Amino acid sequence: MKKYSLYGLIRNSFNHQENWPRVWRSLQPKVEYDVIIVGAGGHGLATAYYLAKEHGVTNVAVLEKGYVGGGSVGRNTTIVRSNYLWDETSYLYEMSMKLWEGLSQELNFNLMFSQRGVLNLFHNEQEKRDTARRVNSNRLNGIDAELLNTEQVKKLVPILNTSPDARYPVLGASLQRRGGTARHDAVAWGFARAADARGVDIIQNCEVTGIRIEGGQVTGVDTTRGIIKARKVAVAVAADTSTLASMAGLRLPIDTHPLQALVSEPIKPVMHTVVMSNAVHAYVSQTDKGELIIGAGIDHYNGFGMRGSYSIIEGTMEAVVDVFPIFSRLRLLRHWAGSVDICPDASPIISKTHVKGLYFNCGWGTGGFKATPGSGWVYAYTIARDQPHPLNEPFSIERFTTGYLIDEHGAAAVAH
Amino acid sequence: MLLISCPWCGPREESEFSYGGEAHIVRPKDPDALSDLEWADYLFMRNNPSGRYLERWLHAAGCRRWFNAERDTVSYKIKSVYKISDPAPRGDE
Repeated sequence: MKKYSLYGLIRNSFNHQENWPRVWRSLQPKVEYDVIIVGAGGHGLATAYYLAKEHGVTNVAVLEKGYVGGGSVGRNTTIVRSNYLWDETSYLYEMSMKLWEGLSQELNFNLMFSQRGVLNLFHNEQEKRDTARRVNSNRLNGIDAELLNTEQVKKLVPILNTSPDARYPVLGASLQRRGGTARHDAVAWGFARAADARGVDIIQNCEVTGIRIEGGQVTGVDTTRGIIKARKVAVAVAADTSTLASMAGLRLPIDTHPLQALVSEPIKPVMHTVVMSNAVHAYVSQTDKGELIIGAGIDHYNGFGMRGSYSIIEGTMEAVVDVFPIFSRLRLLRHWAGSVDICPDASPIISKTHVKGLYFNCGWGTGGFKATPGSGWVYAYTIARDQPHPLNEPFSIERFTTGYLIDEHGAAAVAH
Repeated sequence: MLLISCPWCGPREESEFSYGGEAHIVRPKDPDALSDLEWADYLFMRNNPSGRYLERWLHAAGCRRWFNAERDTVSYKIKSVYKISDPAPRGDE
């Protein structure tokens, strides 16, 4: 891997920046690997990277039906935070947050990780009590959290409508100062480059069409580029999880829904934190280019079509304009949807299965991006040692049989 | 926005409806007799196909009656709607 540095940038400027090597290799798949990871999104690539780095497993292929970073890792609203309510979830996301904090240097790739703070507004007395509870819970778990009143929120974000007559009066907010944003594409590219440098094969345009199982043990996968053998197959395909599961005769507690987002025209800096509101199903941040990124809540029907219904974004924009009246005349430039895989308890599954050598990492729903490094780290541990790390042990498929659910619906500081 | 034909009220906008997820999941007659695994399968496990899907809708802001729909989860096209008591329509394949 050619190290990126200021010196390299200056040296290549004499060649009109034309001599940069490929960021990762373009490869034909080998006949057999130790581990096959299905899905070259953020989680799959992070898993490959940590398999190589932490466990020395480098005979790994990451198979991608489209192109690197073409799925949810390129479609999210880039928010990173760890202020979850329940212990199990907060440990997992906080571990991820700690990895984020050194990740640009570690990967030698500018992830534009910006700890600009994440505000979670509350608009009524019950939400205020719930938020106070979550802030207390976060602090007990060693996660930074503050409870702000209306004046303190107004000071941080002057453009907020804090009038008591507002449709959604701002009674206050929780603030996680270490939260913020990261450039989502760069996360995929950075992990891909670092994994490739450690010998991982990233194979694009290679769709898995079947999972081969003999005597309860995975032996490989069928793909659009032929059969590839492996004793361990790890799935990280988000929306298409149920399709992959059905190839192995498994049923999972997952429904796939559209999730929509929008980007406005660029304006001068007006907001230097991320503002989220559970009650109005909206979250807003401003990019370095000046665009506002606005995320909506999910569409309620199952959908893989990468688009949602107008009524959802209409509801979100009504609320956003009420909370931020200054945005009312902004034009929106782009609008899209991703497909998110949601568990009944809004917590992920990072688990072994009853098929030996088959692993699933899924169910991240609307909140997978922030977990990318942590998810990859614990998933790599689970695959390499064939047993879960204490951090992801509670997130096994068995919890739906034992009843030990981790209910982050509504608890997790955001609309699911 | 989807245009959904309620079997009783005719075509109405999606915002009048609420969603009920996968159709034709039959509640076990004797839940006590089930193992935890079987109960979890009934309660939580879903097929979640990409393509043809049989699902439930409630005309919440209309006649307040439940019905089933056959819809494609990729194109979002609704092929047919039918009453809860009707048998599942046969697929093309």
